Amino acid sequence: MNEERKGLKEKITNSDIWKSIFRHGYEKTGRRYTLQVLQNVWLHLHPPRISRHALNFRFTWCMGGITFLMFLVTAVTGVLLMFYYRPVAEYAFGDVQALEFDIPFGMLLRNMHRWAAHGMVISVMLHMFRVFLTGSYKKPREFNWAVGVILLLITFFLSFTGYLLPWDQLAYWAVTVGTNMARATPVLGHEGPFAPSDITQSNDVRFALLGGTIVGPSTLLRFYILHCVAVPLVASLLMALHFWRVRKDGGISGPL
Amino acid sequence: MENFLLLIQKPDNVPILAMLFLIPYFMWLAYKQARQTDRIGVPSDAALNDKVYVWPYLCRNEFICAIIVMLVLGVWSIMIDAPLEEPSDPAKTPNPSKAPWYFLALQEMLVYFDPWIAGVVLPGLIIAGLIAIPYIDINPKGKGYYTIKERPFALVVFCFGFIVLWIVLMIVGTFLRGPGWNIFMPWQYWDPHKIVPLTNVNLSYLFGIRDATTANFFGFAVVAGYFALGPIFYFWKYKTSRFLQELGLTRYVIVSFLFLSMVALPIKMVLRLALNIKYVWVSPWFNI
Repeated sequence: MNEERKGLKEKITNSDIWKSIFRHGYEKTGRRYTLQVLQNVWLHLHPPRISRHALNFRFTWCMGGITFLMFLVTAVTGVLLMFYYRPVAEYAFGDVQALEFDIPFGMLLRNMHRWAAHGMVISVMLHMFRVFLTGSYKKPREFNWAVGVILLLITFFLSFTGYLLPWDQLAYWAVTVGTNMARATPVLGHEGPFAPSDITQSNDVRFALLGGTIVGPSTLLRFYILHCVAVPLVASLLMALHFWRVRKDGGISGPL
Repeated sequence: MENFLLLIQKPDNVPILAMLFLIPYFMWLAYKQARQTDRIGVPSDAALNDKVYVWPYLCRNEFICAIIVMLVLGVWSIMIDAPLEEPSDPAKTPNPSKAPWYFLALQEMLVYFDPWIAGVVLPGLIIAGLIAIPYIDINPKGKGYYTIKERPFALVVFCFGFIVLWIVLMIVGTFLRGPGWNIFMPWQYWDPHKIVPLTNVNLSYLFGIRDATTANFFGFAVVAGYFALGPIFYFWKYKTSRFLQELGLTRYVIVSFLFLSMVALPIKMVLRLALNIKYVWVSPWFNI
């Protein structure tokens, strides 16, 4: 029985179809381990080999990886949520209610999206904390730290734009409070210092963000597009840059 | 008490409760390793040249970590439902109106500074300061390992900013701020009619200055004098300090400006809470 199974396994892994997909063999050699990473599009950002201390949880806290995982979870659940949600003031709240009460697993979907987003904010802050504590921003990783700071901001902004979408009291007033700050922008906000007299509440920087003088239907649409298209695109590009630079700057930092 | 119990049960506050445990845990973890390095030194080259294959060793770790995190997230998502309140109503302002939890440190700063500082200038400085860190920290030591002894100043400043001015203020904003953005202790009832005497005065008033123009110059002198502390310290210590000579004037100006701006927040908090100071500098264009 065992022999038979082995024969079948070999037959499959030696078939032309299998070999066209997986280029590497399965022998336990360094060459195969290297090929496995180099020839896999998902793994090729990793180097074939890393120093042993980079495996140590006590050193890395895994927080960068967890942040990326949370981003992936929000991307997948977010796409699924988009099937059920319309960013129109008349429908938005009802669609979220429908997600909670009518759509199978809709509540779970929404919960996962929200908690993964919160988890991402936590892990990205802890990631920054770890990178600082280990002095990993020092030469030659200065620029990657700067990219990381921008990514931290983008995480906050992603979370903030998503906060409005349920269109309930919690969302509405949290975003109202948050965007009220823009009124006070020096020069560009109508209540800020040094604002020219032709800057009013209907042409200042807050107006550009909200698409109106208060949080309204056009704000919902703006935040929806920022949340689902614009900011994730920028975030993806910067993440690619961030991971690429980790590799190019000599891999994860260590005492050498 | 019931208000506080409602607050900690709010599903959106779970992340902050989690941070209450995560931050001390990771600080302890870092502290332990830092002490170890400080006592026995950085591991030698020989031990560190040890390389392992990414497949299977790192990939296995990543996989296990992902499974555990997804498990936690799954349980979290099944147990706790995302909040959904009444439909939005622009005519019905809740009291207090709070920003999302990760912005509550910024909202907390609004108590002490006008919106253009608390909401625009200080966040801008936080971002600029964070990006500037690698370029102004010229200490080559402590790269890639935990240590306290080799970079005490950097650690103290960053931890103060991150733990006290970001995390603690976030917790205060979440759990202790009630109606009218007044402080309510956990055991206190949230009284929307709580009377708080507005006895705050400007610093110039405290010094007996009643005339607006003089007050303006006085405030300018105080703020300018505060930020001049940086350069004064530089020229006082420059001759004897090797560190300052290596840092150079440009870097030093940036460091001292960012540092003084950061410390200005706790200073203003103390002035407000202890001496009821409203503004330090009142000018026709802005107030600080």
